[in-house]
Amino acid sequence: MKKKNLTTSYLMMLLPGYVWLFLFSIVPMIGFTFAFQAFVPGHGFFGSPWVGFDNFRYLFSLNDARSIFFNTVYISVFKIAGGVLVPLVFALLLNEIRVGLFKKWVQTIVYLPHFLSWVILGGIMLDVFSISGPVNRIVESLGGTKTAFFARADLFPTIAILSDVWKEFGFNAVIYLAALTGISPSLYESAAIDGAGRWQQLWRITLPSIATTAVLLTVLGLGNVLNAGFDQIFNLYNPLTYSTGDIIDTWVYRSGLLNLQFGLATAAGLLKSVMGFALITISYWLARRFANYRIF
Amino acid sequence: MVADKTLKFRVTDAVIVAILFVVAFSCFLPLWYTLCLSLSAKASAAAGLVGLWPVGFNVVSYGQIMGDLKFFQAFWNSVVRVVLGTSISVVLTVMAAYPLSKGPREFPLGRPLMWILVFTMLFNGGLVPWYMTIRSYGLINNMWALVLGSSLGGFNVILVVNFIRNLPKELEEAAVVDGAGPWYTLVRIVVPVSVPVIATITLLTAVYHWNEFFQGLVLMSKSSNYPLQTYIQQMVMVIGSANLTEDQYKKLNEMSNQTLNAAKIFIAMIPVLLVYPFLQRYFINGITLGSVKE
Repeated sequence: MKKKNLTTSYLMMLLPGYVWLFLFSIVPMIGFTFAFQAFVPGHGFFGSPWVGFDNFRYLFSLNDARSIFFNTVYISVFKIAGGVLVPLVFALLLNEIRVGLFKKWVQTIVYLPHFLSWVILGGIMLDVFSISGPVNRIVESLGGTKTAFFARADLFPTIAILSDVWKEFGFNAVIYLAALTGISPSLYESAAIDGAGRWQQLWRITLPSIATTAVLLTVLGLGNVLNAGFDQIFNLYNPLTYSTGDIIDTWVYRSGLLNLQFGLATAAGLLKSVMGFALITISYWLARRFANYRIF
Repeated sequence: MVADKTLKFRVTDAVIVAILFVVAFSCFLPLWYTLCLSLSAKASAAAGLVGLWPVGFNVVSYGQIMGDLKFFQAFWNSVVRVVLGTSISVVLTVMAAYPLSKGPREFPLGRPLMWILVFTMLFNGGLVPWYMTIRSYGLINNMWALVLGSSLGGFNVILVVNFIRNLPKELEEAAVVDGAGPWYTLVRIVVPVSVPVIATITLLTAVYHWNEFFQGLVLMSKSSNYPLQTYIQQMVMVIGSANLTEDQYKKLNEMSNQTLNAAKIFIAMIPVLLVYPFLQRYFINGITLGSVKE
């Protein structure tokens, strides 16, 4: 077969996918121009007047802007830290267990929450943490007083961080477990012959072997630091917890699609996209440079 | 690790097993509690009597759902979305991945096209422009918006590209020698040996479509067009006005029909639980996507 025909066939194969990519991914990018327009209903993309950086100026003048940015980074950073450390500890504990069946049973259960949506898990959490729910009953039996957990702004970030770590730790542990199986058993054997106990083996062999993985996960996580988890926050927050729970994505949703401030919401979204793009590119570059990590 | 059977070693083992027990149960109990709640009497649930077993066992909530046309409509919408959305997405993904897996000699355009795809993974126009685009296509309140909304994921394409690149070269070379064209090679040679990766993306895409609620919420303004997750989201979540007070919140919380909501949540979980054994078998492939390559 001639090369020209081959190329034509390949392009035909790519056509449907790339037509989709153009329509649903590239075209929306062009809409970033909204950020520099004062949207007039009925005038559309091209009819609305240009206002330069007015939307951005207004955005920065809002009191919300600071707290939203802070909330996003705060929730995100703790989620990354918990999402790297908790699975690490869990994988190490699991690695110490020799009984195959028990190990399998534990793994089967802890992966499950990852595959459930935040709509489902949010609904379950509202029940579990409700005023008459089991958590409040435990609090009461220990001598505490009942709390409406999701009505308290001071508790919201903690609940969001812990529940996210809970949902994902099993799944994230898979990467560590894969790295742990890669350690040569002969290392442990010779260490044991030299008289190294369990702790020493852990500190001198196991941890150094998976430290790279932990660093890699941290670096890749930091690339996503502006994504504090829309689905989760959206399903858990309410007006009482906006002050500590509102993140960039939820704010953009409310101001853009509910309050119809298209220009303002697009400006905030664009800022996030540009910063996010820079962060994620840097994180991939670092991961590639120092851990030889490549996605393709 | 080399085992020594000292007492200290065994005590440590017992402690670790105990911790893992607690951790595993923490992932299971909330789901179990939801099932118990859905099977309990409404009054017992409201009074906070339900624990790890249903109190006042009954299936009234499930009976109510059986008579709830809106629930069935939403369930059906989700089924349609999963079946059509997943099929279209998998076909587009595999068709795009095969040429993109070719080296620069065979297909020089592959690399730039791959970079375009990666760029769309890393950058997006944001929520408002995306919404306006879909609206300008006239897809608001149209099921096809949800079916087509996420057809070509860069993540899935890269997964398949990596898999095809690791296939033995001889496989395709033999087919080419026999005079097979690229379409024939793709359908008859590459697809059959790529079943594991295709199963992975099929399952992940199906679960994605089943779980996705936001597009349903934003793009469907009629509630009869909601997929199940959006329907549940609207039912269960406390939606208060901007000047909601803590007391109002508590009242809303007490007023909600806990047993019925729990039953709806549990039914929405069932499809995921059904495919879970298969998911578990295949999702490890998905995780090793960005593996460290030598």
